[in-house]
Formats: sequence, structure tokens, C-alpha cells
Amino acid sequence: MSGYRLASGGLVDRSRLLTFTFDGKRYQGFAGDTLASALLANGVDILGRSFKYHRPRGLFSAGVEEPNAMVTLRSGARTEPNCKASMVELFEGLEAKSQNRWPSLGLDIMAVNGLAGPLFSAGFYYKTFMGPTRKAWMLYEHFIRKAAGMGAGSQLPDPDHYEETNTFCDVLIAGAGPAGIMSAMAAAQSGARVVLADDQMEMGGSLRGTPLTVGETDGDAWCRSALAVLSMLPNVTMLPRNTVYGYYDDNTFGAVERVADHLPVPGEAMPRQRHWTIRAKRLVIAAGAIERPLIFAGNDKPGVMLADAVRVYAERYGVAAGQRVALFVNNDGAYRTVEALAKAGVTVVAVIDPRLQIGAQARSAVEASGAELLTGQVVTSARGGRRLTAIEVTPFDPANGVRDVLPRSIAADCLAVSGGWTPTIHLASQASGPARWDEDLAAFLPGDPLQPWQAAGACNGAFSTAECLAAGIQAGAEAARACGFTLSPISVPAVGAEIVCDAILPLWDARPAGGKGKAFVDLQHDVTASDVSLAHREGFRSVEHLKRYTTLGMATDQGKTSNMAGLALMAHERGLTIPEVGTTRFRPPYTPIALGALAGQARGSHFRPLRRTPMHDWHVAAGADMMEVGLWQRPRVYRRDGESVEQAYIREARQVRQGVGIVDVSTLGKIDVQGPDAAEFLNRVYSNGFLKLPEGKARYGLMLREDGFLWDDGTTWRLAEHRFLMTTTTANAATVLSQLEFLLAAVWPELKVAVTSVSEQWAAMAVSGPRTRDVLSTVLDDIEMSNEGFPFMGVREGTLDGIPVLVARLSFSGELAYEVYCGAHFGEAVWRKIMAAGAAHDIVAYGLEALGTLRIEKGHVAGPELDGRTTAEDLGLGGMASRKKDYIGSAMMDREGLIDENRMKLVGLISRDGQPVRSGSHLILPNGESPPRSLGHVTSSTYSPALEKYIALGLLENGRERIGEALVATYPLKGHNVDVEVVSSHFFDPEGSRMHV
Amino acid sequence: MLIPCPHCGPRDVGEFTYGGDATKERPDPGSASAADWCDYVFQRENPRGAHLEYWHHTQGCRLWLRVRRDTVTHKIESAEIVGPWADASARETGNGEGQDVA
Repeated sequence: MSGYRLASGGLVDRSRLLTFTFDGKRYQGFAGDTLASALLANGVDILGRSFKYHRPRGLFSAGVEEPNAMVTLRSGARTEPNCKASMVELFEGLEAKSQNRWPSLGLDIMAVNGLAGPLFSAGFYYKTFMGPTRKAWMLYEHFIRKAAGMGAGSQLPDPDHYEETNTFCDVLIAGAGPAGIMSAMAAAQSGARVVLADDQMEMGGSLRGTPLTVGETDGDAWCRSALAVLSMLPNVTMLPRNTVYGYYDDNTFGAVERVADHLPVPGEAMPRQRHWTIRAKRLVIAAGAIERPLIFAGNDKPGVMLADAVRVYAERYGVAAGQRVALFVNNDGAYRTVEALAKAGVTVVAVIDPRLQIGAQARSAVEASGAELLTGQVVTSARGGRRLTAIEVTPFDPANGVRDVLPRSIAADCLAVSGGWTPTIHLASQASGPARWDEDLAAFLPGDPLQPWQAAGACNGAFSTAECLAAGIQAGAEAARACGFTLSPISVPAVGAEIVCDAILPLWDARPAGGKGKAFVDLQHDVTASDVSLAHREGFRSVEHLKRYTTLGMATDQGKTSNMAGLALMAHERGLTIPEVGTTRFRPPYTPIALGALAGQARGSHFRPLRRTPMHDWHVAAGADMMEVGLWQRPRVYRRDGESVEQAYIREARQVRQGVGIVDVSTLGKIDVQGPDAAEFLNRVYSNGFLKLPEGKARYGLMLREDGFLWDDGTTWRLAEHRFLMTTTTANAATVLSQLEFLLAAVWPELKVAVTSVSEQWAAMAVSGPRTRDVLSTVLDDIEMSNEGFPFMGVREGTLDGIPVLVARLSFSGELAYEVYCGAHFGEAVWRKIMAAGAAHDIVAYGLEALGTLRIEKGHVAGPELDGRTTAEDLGLGGMASRKKDYIGSAMMDREGLIDENRMKLVGLISRDGQPVRSGSHLILPNGESPPRSLGHVTSSTYSPALEKYIALGLLENGRERIGEALVATYPLKGHNVDVEVVSSHFFDPEGSRMHV
Repeated sequence: MLIPCPHCGPRDVGEFTYGGDATKERPDPGSASAADWCDYVFQRENPRGAHLEYWHHTQGCRLWLRVRRDTVTHKIESAEIVGPWADASARETGNGEGQDVA
């Protein structure tokens, strides 16, 4: 118990008590608290266990950079792991659990990992489980994964909603601290459309809660009134709780707004989070900076915190981080914490600073606090078990490092550390050249912009409030001017005396030579300073290798507090400067984002569009089993009482062969092809001839790809001399159109042809069976239906009970059949009229299963055979590939591998033992080698009511020579073996006599 | 990425479909060798920097565009309509009356 609530101060609302639980225990906090500040106020020291060593960890920071205090929020389906306590806004009833501990936070048996320290050093897994011991990984993986890890998700569907939105502006400002607010002011007064986004619960950045004088008042009041002004301007959009996480091409930005994360449950019609796509002419990056830790033994003990976080908890939340606070800092800026703690009445015992000279203001802050000032000294070790109890202090000089003398021990329960500041250059880095090293600040600054942005404030190396305000005005003005706006000058508010963060002494490593104890670089991934040395010794010396070998900077915090120290240690090992070693590029996202936010509304039935045919409602009312085929909903079977799917399709298919049936084929791709060169165009697109197709006739056509393989098939109807209606397979409807458009634009621009998709405009149904003519002749008003008057492959225009229709005499089923096309909105009416006319003939509606049965019985190919690896010849359609003309695919279809005699060919298969043949089965010899060699596979299968047997189509090596052979169709995954006989793929009515009657 | 469609104006890349290398010309079937076809169908450079490529405005005007794009910076230097519609915009600003696009 070290942290406590101060008697006064902070921005929290002390009149509103909030109750919450942490690991099941009840605590109280105030409105305006974060979970972190509330736990700190309640004296909770340990918030989690570390990733590898299970060391106790406490709160480290006050922002997005938090590496330690990761908790699991809520429960049940709303469970959310790995939330940073410092970013979680407290609400009534909040439920939080610590992570990576078992059985409890206080007693974690995995902490023995810490004793076995060297075992888990960098590269442990590679070294231990490579080579002969690789099998051991299988055995231990489960335990290792359980030991090393973070929170776990719930596995339940997320009950909340997410949405996506877009916005456009002239100037987007990322970060609403002093620089961001002034940028917004400057840009907004010019009339530019401004979006101001900030990732905190309230805007203001470092001004929130600060007593520093800005303008006529304190910084906190100044920023509130500035924000109030901005929020009233019509050309300014304020987006708080909104993280701009990614910088994309053409100044497009990804941002996630935490709309309801601060509420127990989102309100009605309120999304949990909202994803923003923001397009801005200019970006002003005002992202601030993140403080760096220092490296010494035990620098991960609960109680060791970033110095500015200690100040923020005191000034913003009215919470003291400890009862006896010591500081270990290498720059003047950190003395602001001394000032704040003294003002709040918190005991500061000592300030340890490796520098011999410190600024006058810094010195007077220490004097006013009554703390001991130890310059030229460093903290070499932090001591304590479950909480910091003491620090060891040793003299230091910049030339020789830590002196080897007996350290002095100072009792303290909180150590505030500051190794200087790292500008937040993440966004800039996504759209800039290499980061620029600034020797004075010992920091990387944004590189040269590759997109229109400018940086202002701490992220650009301006660390004082006064500098940030001035830089903000300049950046906002420049951005607005670049968008074409004219500006009138605005003045920089005066800032009172502030301790400025300068005179930094870069100090990356405060370990004495041969010192013991773990000194951490990356707290979240448990990477120690000696891991960096080990990586160097083992040759992983480039920053990219260092990162991957040690996993430094690869945790969910992406090394926000650790990257710089890691670079510095490697530079030291290699005897190079930090800029010589270089830095890695930051990639989006800046902070982890929920997949739900990226998915937005596109989940469940909204994942992709759903397409329904014009007759959809009829199918559903008729009790059809609807199935998804691509985006389409199609009837599979129309089951009658008690029927199985198989019984239903057998009945439907049998009825088509015996009487008449109707099937919805509206999903076929339909393309209107018009123009004086339309016939010539089709002749170049299809492998068979189309020049001589007469008007009023249809022809079945094959399309190849340019590489000679078969691509698509369908019938194309010549409606007039210069007008065709092309049909494609359902699956290729869109790609065939794109290809035709490409050919007309890029390959044959001289052809006078236009193509248009009419798939949505036509409803289509096929009526098949020996009684079809009887049915259709009663409803068609003006089409001569005799075999001579309307021959096979004929196309006629007319009306069906007054409704305009196109009728083509085509047959996929092998029966006397006609396809009836009508305007999409007449689809259901025409369907009903045909059903009514067919009632006397027992007409049956049939679905995809029966459609498949009928075409398999005929050996007609479909999607499973047109798999992109078959040629026309493979499928017995070689005669349709003309040798007398040039067309797409003609030049490459005769390549050696495509005309090989042993290629797999389409065959029919009949089950010899009455068992169904499973599609996907491999075809093998009955008593062949073991393991058997696959000779081919089954592509489509069905029960054939015409043959009263289970039959299938397959692709079989040299298949046409194997007709009559006995093979086995094997499906090893299901242990399914069926004896089959190879036959011709034309199972039923091979002469085609039935469709020509 | 925004692609400046000459017909529709600057549009998000999500509206377009990539169509590959636009420097490749389909060989003349009458005279091309097998090697010519192999080059046209299979061989593609993967240049770093300037690249001339096809994009299809699939979710927009459905015109095919020839786009000069830098593969490193994604900067687009030019985008023009391919084929007989290339000067469609010029026609619109002309008398525009009764002209047959096809």
C-alpha cells in the first residue's frame, strides 16, 4: 500500500463515487479517474505479471505507452483482454481482472521462471527446440504457451455493434495538446475545414490539470476555453477518444473512435467503436512525446514509474504514487514532477541525477521540496519484493560510467524515472524519409515528408508549452495556407515560467560493470539489457535482427518506451552512434485496434451482398431449401412432407424426364453485345464459329483463356444482325464482362461493339420435359411451337399471356426444353403463369440438385469440370476448338503439356456396389500399389433416376482408353471406398433424340 | 490510394480492379512465335519505380484506364482512358449531338 488519494486537487469529480472490482475485490474511485489512477489511489501495487518471467508488475505510465498494467475488462461475451489500465475510463460497476498469473496475482507459481532466468533469454525457443530436440516442442508447447502470454478472449460472438464512417477536411490535426489546439485555432480562423482528433478521454494533452499559467489563467482553464471556442465553430469537427492510427496513400487516414468503451454497455443504437476514414488535404501531426525509462537492475519493480506519469497522477487525478518518492532523472524537464509533488504535499526523499550541472529552476524546485539532490550519481538497483522498498545510489561520471564503490541505500516506495523524451513520430514515419537524429535532444525527429504533412510541438522536438503553442500556430497557418486559405495573424498566449526539458545527458545504461539483477529494456516482452548484449554476441546486430531475435518492441505496446534504449544499447555494443545504427520504421496501427472496428457493419449477413432472383419469394413460399451459391440464394430442392434431400431431387429429376419441370436460371450471366462488329467480336472470343450464326438462332460457345485452358461456356443468341444476348456461367458473369470490356478497349479498339451487363434485367427459367410444348403453347400468345416452326436452338420473341418474353429452345437437361426470359419484374408473374398452365401436366419446380442430376446424366460439364485446369479436348469438347480462325487462346492451346495423350479426360463413372460416389474422391486401381497413385478424381456425382444407379463424372488419366475398367473411388478422409466402372460420360440418351422431338 | 479517373474524377482504389502491365501488346496471331506468346501471357517485370499499368473502373464508369504509377511512392503521374472511348470527354465538350460512341 503506497499510492494514495490526495486530500484535494485533480480534475476528478469527488462528489461522484464509482464502485469497481479488480480481481473480484471491490474498490472505489471518482468520476474522471482512469482504472489506473483509481487503483493507484487505492494503493494497489501489483497489476499484472510479466510476460515471460511472471515478475510482479505495477503501473508504469499514464498513457498509451503503458507496458505493464494490462487488464482484462468486463466478462462474458464482452470480455476484452489486454486493455491498458491507464487508458480505461472508470465507470460504475467496471470489472477488471489481472492477466498472466496463476492461480492468483499475489501467488504466481510461474514466477519460478524468474529463477530459471537464463533459460528464457533471447532465442531460447530457437536454441532449445531446433535440431534433435525439435520433437520436444510438441510436448512442451502447450505448457510454454500457457506460461508466456497475455489475456484471453471470450470465444463468444461480440454482442456490440461497430460502424464505419468517412469524413473529408482541409486540415486534419492529430493530437489536441497545446500544439494541436493552437493549430486548430490558426487553421479554423482562415475558414479551412478542420478535424481535430485526440486519443484521450478529454482533449488538452499536457495542459490538462496543469497549474502553469497560459494566457490570463492556468493552462487547464485556458485549454477548456480554447476547446469550447473550437467546438462552437461550424468548420471544426472535434473527435475526442479517437486515435489516428494509420497514414495511407493520398493523405487518407484510419482512425478509431472509442464511442462507448467508457460505458458499461453501449446505449441503444450506439456503436461500441466507430472506424473513421479521413481524407485531408493536409495533416498536422501534434502527437506529443513519450518519456523514456532508464536501465538499472530491478527497474521493473512495482513502484518504478515514469516521472511525468507521477506528475500527471498528482495534478490530473489527485493521486500520490507513493509515500516516499525518489526521482532518477537525466534532464531538467523531469523536475516538473518534483515541483508538482511538493505542491501536493507528497514527500520527495531524493533526486538522483547523473549530471553535475542542472538548471537553476530545476535546482530551486528541489530546494523548495526539501528533497536531497544527488547530482553526479545514478540509481544502480531497485530493491524490494512485491513493491519497491529501497534504491541503491552510486556515483557516476560521464567519462567512466558508474564508479565501483559501495552503493548508498535510500528507502523509497516510488521511484520516478526519466531518461528524456521520445517524440511520437509514428504517423510521420509512415509517410516520410528516414527519421532525423537530433544530437541535442538525443532523439529521433520526423524525416522529410513524402506526403503533405507538418509536425508541430513535442513530436517535432519542441518540449516546452510556450514552444508548442507557437509551433502549433505556425503549423496550422501553414497547413491552411497550403489549402488556399488566407490567414489573419493570431497571437501566441503568454506562458508563465516553466521548467523546460533541455540539458539532457543521454544515459542509456546505469548498470555497473558485472552488476547483478535483471535490468529491463522492454517491460512488456521481458527483454533485458543482457538479452541485447546476447543478440550482439550471437550476430543479430542490425536493428531489424535485434528486434526479431529478442522480440524487443514487438509486444502490443510496440516498444513505445523501449525502442530507444534498445537502439542505444546495440549502438554501444557495436561502438557506433545511435543514428549510425538507425531505427526501424513504424507501421500502422499506432495502438492495437479491435478487428470489430475494422469489420464495421460487415459481419453476419452483412458480410457480403446477398443476391436474390426475381422468383425468390415464390421459392421460399413453396418451401424450397435455399442455399448460398456465391452471392446468390438458390433453391436446392423443394422438399415435400418427410422427404430427404435425396428423395426430393430424385422425384424432381424423374418428373422432368417423365413430364415437365421448371427451374430458375436467372443467376446466369447475361451480356448484351451490340454493334456492327458484334459477330466478328464473338468469333474472336469464342473458340467455335459465330460469324454464320443466323438471326433467331442460339449457339453453345466455349471461351478459352489466353493460355489455352478452358474458361467459360454458355449460349449466345443472335437477336438481330448487330445484336446478341450472351449468357455466361453464374460464377464468371462479372469476370467475363470485364474481359470483354478489356478486349474492346485495349486489344481490338477498332471493333465497333458495345457490351453491357443485363444479368439483373432478365429473369430466366428453363422449362424441360416431354410435356413442355403442351404447357408453353397454352400460355405463349404468338409463338409457333411446332418442332419445324421453332426448331432446336431457335430463339423467338413474343408474349406470354401479354408479358413480353424471349424464348430459346435450349436443353441442359437433355429433354425437350425451352428457356423463357422476361423482364426481371415480370419474373414471378411469368413463373406463376407457367406453373398454372403446367398444373394439368403435374409440372414440378426443381432445384439445383435435380438440375445437377439431369446434366450429369447427360455428361454436360459445369463448374466442377471447368476448374481452370482442363482443356476443351479434356472435356470431350475438342471439336469446338476451331483450327481455322484466330481467337483468344488459339495460339497457346496446342502447347506440349496441353495436348499430352495422358492428360486427365472426362469420363463417366457408375457405382458398382450401390454406394454413392463422393465428389472429390480419388480414382485408384483396385489392387494396386500402396500407397496408391491417384489416376484422377471425381468431379460431380448424383443418383441417377434414369439409370437407377449412383453415377458420377470424373477426370481420369487417359480416361477414354479406360472405358470398361474397374477402379476404386477412394475418399481416405472418410474411409470411403466405392467400386466404380469407367463409362462414357454420356450416360443417358447419347444420341440426343429426346430434345429434338 | 486515389486514381484520377478521367471520366469520374479522383476515386478510391477500392472502386478499381488491377489489370496488370499495360506495356504488353497482344502479339499478332498471324506472325507471332511461341516465345512471343509466352512473353505476352506469362512474363512480367516487377519494376521499382515508374510502371505503366491497366486499371478497370469496375465499380464506376467501367472504362479501362492506362495509369502511370510509381510502385514505390504510389504517386500517379497520369491516367488515360484506353480504347475507342479515349476522347469521350472531348466529345462531351464539343457539339455532343448524336455522336455514336461505339
